[in-house]
Amino acid sequence: MNAPLLSLQGITKAYPGVVANDDVSFDIHNGQIHALLGENGAGKSTLVKMVYGLVQPDQGQMLLNGQRYAPPEPRAARTDGIAMVFQHFSLFEALSVAENITLGMENPPPMSDLARRIHEVSTAYGLPLDPSRIVGDLSAGERQRVEIIRCLLQDPALLIMDEPTSVLTPQEVEILFRTLRKLAAEGTAILYISHKLEEIRTLCDHATVLRLGKVVGECTPSETTAREMAELMVGREFGSPLGAGRTVGDVVLGIDGLSVRSPSAFGTSLKNVSLALCKGEIVGIGGVAGNGQDELLAALSGEILTPPDAIELLGQPIGHLRPGERRHLGLLSAPEERLGHAAAPDMTLTENAMLTGSVREGLTTAGFLKWRAAEGFARRIIEAFDVRTPGPDTVARALSGGNLQKFVIGREILQRPVVLVVNQPTWGVDAAAAAAIRQALLDLAAQGAAVICISQDLDELIEISDRFAALNEGRLSEPRDTAGLEIEEIGLMMGGAHGMEVAHV
Amino acid sequence: MIVLEKRPQPSRAWAIATPILAVLATMLFGGLLFAVLGKNPVEAILTIFYDPLLGPHAGYYRPQLLVKGAPLVLIAIGLSLGFKAGIWNIGAEGQYIVGAICGAGVALAFYPLEAWYIFPLMVLGGAFGGWVWAMIPALLKVRFGTNEILVSLMLVYVAEQLLASMSLGLLRNPQGLGFPGSRNLQQYESAHNAELFANTGMHWGVVAALLSVIFAYILLNQHMRGFHIRLTGDAPRAARFAGVRPARLILFCLGSGGALAGLAGMFEVAGPSGVVSIDFNVGYGFTAIIVAFLGRLHPVGVLLAGALLALTYIGGEIAQSNLGLPAAAIQVFQGMLLFFLLALDLLTNYRIRARQTGVA
Repeated sequence: MNAPLLSLQGITKAYPGVVANDDVSFDIHNGQIHALLGENGAGKSTLVKMVYGLVQPDQGQMLLNGQRYAPPEPRAARTDGIAMVFQHFSLFEALSVAENITLGMENPPPMSDLARRIHEVSTAYGLPLDPSRIVGDLSAGERQRVEIIRCLLQDPALLIMDEPTSVLTPQEVEILFRTLRKLAAEGTAILYISHKLEEIRTLCDHATVLRLGKVVGECTPSETTAREMAELMVGREFGSPLGAGRTVGDVVLGIDGLSVRSPSAFGTSLKNVSLALCKGEIVGIGGVAGNGQDELLAALSGEILTPPDAIELLGQPIGHLRPGERRHLGLLSAPEERLGHAAAPDMTLTENAMLTGSVREGLTTAGFLKWRAAEGFARRIIEAFDVRTPGPDTVARALSGGNLQKFVIGREILQRPVVLVVNQPTWGVDAAAAAAIRQALLDLAAQGAAVICISQDLDELIEISDRFAALNEGRLSEPRDTAGLEIEEIGLMMGGAHGMEVAHV
Repeated sequence: MIVLEKRPQPSRAWAIATPILAVLATMLFGGLLFAVLGKNPVEAILTIFYDPLLGPHAGYYRPQLLVKGAPLVLIAIGLSLGFKAGIWNIGAEGQYIVGAICGAGVALAFYPLEAWYIFPLMVLGGAFGGWVWAMIPALLKVRFGTNEILVSLMLVYVAEQLLASMSLGLLRNPQGLGFPGSRNLQQYESAHNAELFANTGMHWGVVAALLSVIFAYILLNQHMRGFHIRLTGDAPRAARFAGVRPARLILFCLGSGGALAGLAGMFEVAGPSGVVSIDFNVGYGFTAIIVAFLGRLHPVGVLLAGALLALTYIGGEIAQSNLGLPAAAIQVFQGMLLFFLLALDLLTNYRIRARQTGVA
């Protein structure tokens, strides 16, 4: 092969208490789709931040086309032909597509010229996009296109994509992959970050696997099984969760024609959502982020109030009840955002145990707090769910994502819910913790509780849920039995390609 | 290059050390300021911090510490409850004034009757006046989403006009020969908030301030309402998830802050001041904001901070009269204290590290 486009040599970067990257070396060639594979916390993000100039390595060096390359800031990286599409978009919702693109460019051309260029590039790469549309009205897939086109307008030699498919439906993923393949065919190198194995197997020419900051292996994905890659990534073999024989009983939670206006301007309102949830079952709710997941959780947790009859628990109307009263009746929930929503960052685990546990665990008398009981409850959560922490006096933000998530989920499960609603229970959580959380949800259902699991991880939903439904623009599809459900059908339930189409190239 | 690094846990040691460091830094830079003004810095600092406590005339100044400190602590405790929840009542000065007007109004309505129940009624009247004045920004915020900072601050100026109107009109002393100002409550036995022990400065306001510290401590650490206040300040979304009703919390925090400020005003007008007059208010309501932050919004901290600020007030006055320091210099000095405290506060949550810019 020719000389590499970018060569990483012995890159090391340490943060207090953790070595994010330890002596990482690999090469990326022109026209190659190179996967960077690893669990959350393996050091993928830190590594690409160094390539993009956001962070400087402590040791090691990078060579770009044989020249020493040490970008002090992203602007320098862009000048050298390196572009990056972040996992979280940096777009202004109130501005148009063209305006957003201008804001991210070093030397933006005049607006009229730019609109024409956006049009050219977007059709050439199969990413049709109207430059005059307001970003707030675009779907997640379309917003990603804005980011990608912003990069492509600068003719990058290397395009970095950080977990690009987490916000896409299967159909949208297919469109994105076609674009990336076309780019690679024209000689652009692509560094593709993901922990989704099947996707890497379909798309990438080469993969570098990171674990705990070190390169633990390289492989050609199409010739390696997903299981082999997973074991490389996690460093050991692991079993799939066991869905012990569950019996589905009577309806415990009925949602009937629930319509909720989103409290935020660019949120999604729920439109006529109906669902009957039975004792002992797990209903998985999929869908692309921002299609009403947060609103559904808020309507069920009691943060948004609705007409009483819209939600019934054990036959009792509860739509008008507040979070505490719902907890009293046994409807518990765990929101997506761990820090700031499910838990208070600067409060201790004991205080965070008090946060939702006060009602059902009897942690108060006449409004006065029983701290010793709360601490005992926190200790029980830590023990039962293997939360790695020095103790209940640790503040929530000092915990890693996976440990805090285990605490949050454990806090609700230990309160013996009748119905538990979780949103993104394993988002940003390492594989071991994710497996533990899924197992806990399965066990909970086996003990007779009903569970609603809202998630964007389709594999997770297929793995644990009995029935599957999808949220699309605030509407909930008819639930279907998960067994025998094809990925294609799921994609269509999630809204297909959201009207996005591939330009014919 | 120097970088700030977030600590995984807030440092307890720094949380205790920063107020002390802030006081030391204020002494140092305040001393420089006084030196530039042509005064002996050591003498000036000693005059402010040493003379009121242990100086030759300390016997006269020490009671003054209680008299000045009590309203500061009482108001700051109320403010700290709101500040902890992210509710910014900047208008304690106005609530203090209205509390004083209402407290005095109750007394003057009974004049010249002597009865045991007049003083308790004045206490209720004072708290009620402050509460009502704080309910205006509270209700506007809950109902229309107005900014409580702006509304409460503006109401201070309305209250000052009200005070002027009262001293010239409704509450003016009919036997005062036409001078503005009410009857002197110090001469009305049933209404007088007298010293509980002679020459100690100890009056009912001091007792109320100490009680408010204890109550606030219990509320914040042992009661659900206090837990919800802290939770709202740390993570508003988590608070709603826990079941906190933001509107109720706003009414509670602004209301209790207003009531305590009103009480402070009432104890002042019935005691040390004695008269409702145009220049009754001297800025306790604003200084209490400094006290609340200097005490890190912690009840015990507020108590200590109130004592410290009272010290700089009295010491500042001594320095003005003995050394001829301008009043503005003393205010700058107090401002420095808040500045250093907030700046050094960073060290509780962050550590400073030197970093090389070059990359190997």
